[in-house]
Amino acid sequence: MSRPVGPVFGKLDWSVTPYTDLLQTVNSSTIVGAGAASVLVLGAIAAVAVLTWKGWWGPLYRDCLTSPDAKKIGIMYIVLGLVMMARGIIEGAVMRAHQATAMGTLDQPETGLVSPDHFAQLFSTHGTIMIFFVAMPLLIGLINFVLPQQLGARDMAFPVLNQVSLGLTAAGAGLVMISLLIGKFGTGGWTMYPPYTGKVFSPGEGVDYWLWAILISGVGSTLTGMNFAVTIFKKRAPGMHFMRMPLFCWTSLCVAIMLIYAMPALTVSSSMLALDRYAGFHFFTNDAGGNMMNYANVFWMFGHPEVYILILPAFGVFSEISSTFSGKKLYGYTSLVIASMSIAVISFTVWLHHFFTMGQSAGINIAFGIATMLIGIPTGVKIYDWMATMWRGRVRMTAPIVYMTGFFLLFVIGGMSGIILANPSIDYQVHNSTFLVAHFHNVIIPGVLYGMLAGIHYWFPKAFGYRLDETWGRRTALLFVAGFVFAFLPLYVMGLMGLPRRSPTFQDPAFLPWMYAAGLGALLMLAALASLVWTFLVSWRNREALSVPGGDPWNGATLEWSSPAPVPEWTYPCIPQVTDRDDWGERKRAGDPWRAPDRYVDIEMPADTPHGLLIAAAAFALGFAMVWYIWWLAIAAFLAIPALLIWRGMRVIEPRIVSAADVEDEDRRFREFVARTAPITRAEESTPRNRGVPDCTEFAG
Amino acid sequence: MSDQGLYPGLNLGEGHGEAHDEAETTVFGFWVFVMSDLVIFGILFASYASYLDPVGLAGGPGPQDLFDIRSVAIQTALLLLGGTAYAGVSLAVKYEHGRDRVLAFLALCALLGGAFLFFEVRDFATQAGKGGVPQASGWLSAYWALVGLHGIHVFAGIVWIGAMAAQVLKRGLDDAVKVRLSMLGVFWHFLDLIWVGIFSLVFLVPLA
Ligand code: HEM
Ligand SMILES: [Cu+2]
Repeated sequence: MSRPVGPVFGKLDWSVTPYTDLLQTVNSSTIVGAGAASVLVLGAIAAVAVLTWKGWWGPLYRDCLTSPDAKKIGIMYIVLGLVMMARGIIEGAVMRAHQATAMGTLDQPETGLVSPDHFAQLFSTHGTIMIFFVAMPLLIGLINFVLPQQLGARDMAFPVLNQVSLGLTAAGAGLVMISLLIGKFGTGGWTMYPPYTGKVFSPGEGVDYWLWAILISGVGSTLTGMNFAVTIFKKRAPGMHFMRMPLFCWTSLCVAIMLIYAMPALTVSSSMLALDRYAGFHFFTNDAGGNMMNYANVFWMFGHPEVYILILPAFGVFSEISSTFSGKKLYGYTSLVIASMSIAVISFTVWLHHFFTMGQSAGINIAFGIATMLIGIPTGVKIYDWMATMWRGRVRMTAPIVYMTGFFLLFVIGGMSGIILANPSIDYQVHNSTFLVAHFHNVIIPGVLYGMLAGIHYWFPKAFGYRLDETWGRRTALLFVAGFVFAFLPLYVMGLMGLPRRSPTFQDPAFLPWMYAAGLGALLMLAALASLVWTFLVSWRNREALSVPGGDPWNGATLEWSSPAPVPEWTYPCIPQVTDRDDWGERKRAGDPWRAPDRYVDIEMPADTPHGLLIAAAAFALGFAMVWYIWWLAIAAFLAIPALLIWRGMRVIEPRIVSAADVEDEDRRFREFVARTAPITRAEESTPRNRGVPDCTEFAG
Repeated sequence: MSDQGLYPGLNLGEGHGEAHDEAETTVFGFWVFVMSDLVIFGILFASYASYLDPVGLAGGPGPQDLFDIRSVAIQTALLLLGGTAYAGVSLAVKYEHGRDRVLAFLALCALLGGAFLFFEVRDFATQAGKGGVPQASGWLSAYWALVGLHGIHVFAGIVWIGAMAAQVLKRGLDDAVKVRLSMLGVFWHFLDLIWVGIFSLVFLVPLA
C-alpha cells in the first residue's frame, strides 16, 4: 500500500490517523488505537491549557527551555523519561491484557484485545520507548544533575551542547509520540532487523519513524557522552583526583566512554538501513549482495554495550545509597572502580551472544559464550561490596533502600538466567521465547528502573528543596517489586513451555494460568505507576513540612550535600578544594563543615539561549518530513541546523555575571539557617524535624 | 579545572593568553568527537571489507571495471597538500602573522579541498555511467557509503572553513576564533588520515 507522494504534504493525507481506521472497522483493536491517540491529543491540549491558564509559558521558556544549566537540563531529561515511562508501562499492560485474552484455536488464531499487527506495533514502540526514551533520559538526566555537583564543578564542560543533546533526545521522543496519531509505527521490534524492515517487506512509514527517532536521539546521546567524559577529565575541583571521585562519577565515566564508542555503531546500522530504504542500497537486502547478518553484527556492537550503559549509572546510585543509608564508608571502593571499568570493557566483547543461532561456527559461539559469562564476575564483586557496605551498618529502610533490597533479590535471579542464556547450547532451546523476555526484564527493571527511581528519591530534595513522602515512596517501591514478580517470573515458565516471544496468539490452555498471573503483575505495575505519581503529588502538597533548606537530609558524605537545597544555579559559591575521598564526610569528622568561604568572587554563568530549542525543532521537522517524504521541509530543516550553528559562531556571546555580593548574600543566609537549626540524628531522618541539617557528630564514630 | 598540566600537543604558544586555557577543554572535547567519528569510519571500513567478495559483488561491476587509480592518486595528492596548507593557518595564528595570512591559507585549504571533491565527483559520475551505482550491489553500496561519507566530511570541512573565514573577518582573531581554528585543524588533518585508509583499503587492496 504505497501512497502517492504529493509536492506539499508528501505522503500525508487524512487516511493515516487511527480515527479513520476506527471509522472503517470498529473492533477492540481500533478502539484501543483511537483511544491512545485521544489520550495524546487530550494530554497535549490539557498541557497547553494549564500553561496558558497559569501564565507559565514565560517562566517555562525563560527558566527551563532556554537554560544551559546542567541541573535544569537534567531535570527536564528526567521529566521526559517519566512521561515516556507512563506510555511504556501502559503499553506493557495492554500487551498483557491482549495476551491474557488471546487464546485462539488453530482455525481461528486471531483473537484477543488487539489485532496482530497492532500487537506488533505495541511491542516495537514499547521496547523502543523503554530503552531509548525512558532508560536513557532517566540516566542521562540523573548524571547531568548529579555529576557536576559531585565533581565540585559549576556545570558541564559544554553547557549549550548539553542543551542541544536534550533537544535531540526530545525530538526523537516526539517522533515516537506523534506516530500514535499520524500513521503507524514499525512492527520489527526495538531492534528492527532487516530484511523484514527493508522496503520490500515493510513499505510503510513505520520503520522510518523508528529510524529517524533513533538517528536523531542517537546523535544527542553521543554528544552527551562526550560532554560527560570531558567534564570528568577537565572539570574536577582542585584536589578531586580520580581515586577520590564518588562512585557515581566513576560509573558515569564508564557510561560516557561507552556512549562515545557504542552509539556510532547504532548510527551506522540505522543509516545503512535508511540508505537501503530511501535510496535502494543493498546493505541488508536479500538480493544483490546484501547481507542482513551485517546489521545484526553492527546493531549489537551498540546493543550489548547499551545494556551496560543502562545499568552502570544504577550501579553508581546503589553505591551511593548503600553507603549513605547505612552510615558507613563504601566497602571496597577500589574494587568497585575496577569492576565498573571491567564491565565497561568486557561488554564490548560479547555482542554475538544475541545471535548464537544465526549460523556461526561452534568455536565462535563458545568464545562469545565464555566472554559473556565473565561479566558475572565483576558484577558479583559489586553485589558483595554493597552487601558488605551495609553489613553492620545503621541501615534505614528508606524508599531507596527498599528499591535496593528488591534489586538485590531480583537482579541476582536475572543475572543467573543471563548466565544460563550465555551457554549457546541452552540458548538454542530458549532464545526468542518468553524466557528471554523474562531475563531482560529481570535485569532491566530491578536494575535500571529501581536504580533510577532510587536515585530520583535520593537526590530529589537537592533539586527541589523538599523530600519525597517516605511512606508513599516505600509503598511505590514495594508495588514495583511485587508487580515485577508477578509480571515477569511467569514468563520464565512459559518460555520453558515453548511460548515464543512477540507472539500475538497461542493455542495451549496450559499457558492460561501463567498468563493471568502475568496480567495481574501488569496491573500491579500500573498501580505502582499511579502510586509514583501520587508520591510526587502528595510530597508537593506537603512541601512546606518536607522542606530541607539545610541541603543534607541524609547525612551524606559526598560533596553535593554541602550545598543548600534547592541548589543555587552556581552550585558552589566558590569551587571547593577537595582533600579526601568522601570530602564532605571527612569535613564532618573534622568538625565545623559549614564554615563560610573566606571571600566571594563574581561568577560567570553561560548566557541563556534558545539554541537547543531551535535545533530540536529543526531536527523534529527533519525527521517528520523524511518519514512522510515532504522533501521541501526536509531540505529546509536540514539546512537550518548548520545555519543555526554558523549564526551562533558569528556572534560574540558574553557570559552572564552573578555578582559576588549576590552570591555572598544568599550564601550567608544559608549558613545562618544551618547555624540556627537544630541538627537531627539519623533516626529522625524521616520525621518532619528533618530540615536538612544533620548531626555531624554521628559521622565521627 | 583540574590541577593537572595542560593537555599536551595543544600548546598554542605565547600570544594566546586565555585561549590557552579554553583550548584545554574545548579542543580536548573535539578530539573526543573525532575518536567517535573514527568508530563510524571503522565500522564502514569493516563493512566494505565484508562485501568485497563474489557474493557482495553480486555479478555487478567490480573494482577492476570501475577504479581509475590515476585519478585517485591525484585526489590523494590534493588532499594531503590541503592538510599541509593548514599548517600555514596554524603557524600564522601562532606567530601572529595577521589575519590576512590566516585568510589566505584558509582559502588555499578550501581550494585544494574543492579540487579534491571535483575529482572525486567526476570519478563517481564515470563509475555511475559504467553501471557502478550504489544500487547495483552490496559492495557498491559499501563503497559509495564509505567514500561518499568521507567526501561529505570534506565538503563539511570546506563549509566550516568558509564559516571560520567569515568569523575571522567579522570578529578578528579573538580567543574563541583561535580555539575554533585549532579544532578545524584537527578535523582537516583527520580527513587526511581517513583518506590514507580509504586509499589503501578501498582502492589498493582490491586492485592489488
Ligand atoms: C513496567 C512494566 C512492563 C511490562 C508490563 C512490560 C511488558 C512487556 C511485554 C508484554 C513485552 C513483549 C514481550 C513479547 O513480545 O513477548 C515487552 C517487551 C519488551 N520490553 Fe517490556 N514491560 C515492562 C517494562 C519494561 C521496561 C522498564 C523496559 C526497559 C527499560 C522494558 C523493555 C522491553 C523491551 C526492550 C522489550 C522487547 C521489545 C521487542 O521485542 O522488540 N520493558 N515488555
Ligand atoms: Cu548482550
